[in-house]
Amino acid sequence: MPTIMIVDDSNVIRNRITRGSENIELEVVATAGNGKDAVKLYDLLRPDLVTMDLTMPEMDGLECIQGITNINEDANILVVSALSDKATGIRALEYGARGFIYKPFSDEDLFSALKELLED
Amino acid sequence: MKEDDLQVFLTGVQNYFTQMAGEEVFVGTPYLSENTMPAAQEYSGVIAITGRHKGIVYFTSPGDMIRRLLVLMGEPDISESNMMDLVGEVANTIAGNARKKFGERFEISVPFVIRGAPDEIMLPRQNRSFVIPLEWKMHKAAIVVSFHKD
Repeated sequence: MPTIMIVDDSNVIRNRITRGSENIELEVVATAGNGKDAVKLYDLLRPDLVTMDLTMPEMDGLECIQGITNINEDANILVVSALSDKATGIRALEYGARGFIYKPFSDEDLFSALKELLED
Repeated sequence: MKEDDLQVFLTGVQNYFTQMAGEEVFVGTPYLSENTMPAAQEYSGVIAITGRHKGIVYFTSPGDMIRRLLVLMGEPDISESNMMDLVGEVANTIAGNARKKFGERFEISVPFVIRGAPDEIMLPRQNRSFVIPLEWKMHKAAIVVSFHKD
């Protein structure tokens, strides 16, 4: 079963993505509320997928993407963020994210973005 | 700040409720309010705005509305900690979505959640704010927008 790590400073959103991931048979191996913890957990667990919020305390999502892609340049990272300006989306992709969905998102948005990443 | 600038917040909150709760929220006519009497319900999720603009955006809501929203989102844990988390997340999402209009230099803080209204430091009492009234399942809430161009 493919594995996933969920990174978001909101517990409610982490829980929602966890439920959504389990519905499409992904195994949630870790969750993190900030970028610093996420980089450590990624290094330890090497999940197949990562969902990444951008606005977080301690280390934000863009820095965290850099931290993770320094460990594994092929990391499969899906940004899930409310920051809906074009420049931020482009920067996230430049830093190594593979996809981007905007908050608020529907279950269908999440499922199809995660499936697309897995198929890649 | 101009009245036109409010549209992105109206659209943001409508989109939030449609996507997360599967139901529409009624958005009333925005109005200007003196900060001496700030709009406040039980919980307020506050986002500080920096960069090209300075000020705050906050979402204020009664607890019952947040409980209901958590249930509709499928969250089994209706603790106060998750309620406060969601109030902050609503504010964060609506402020973050506003970057579509204001661009990346509309910098938003992580949310902080308080009971009642923001204090004088966050919301200077000599200024005025735009209040966007909301009604959802008989509960009254609001988005309050108070920032200026630097």
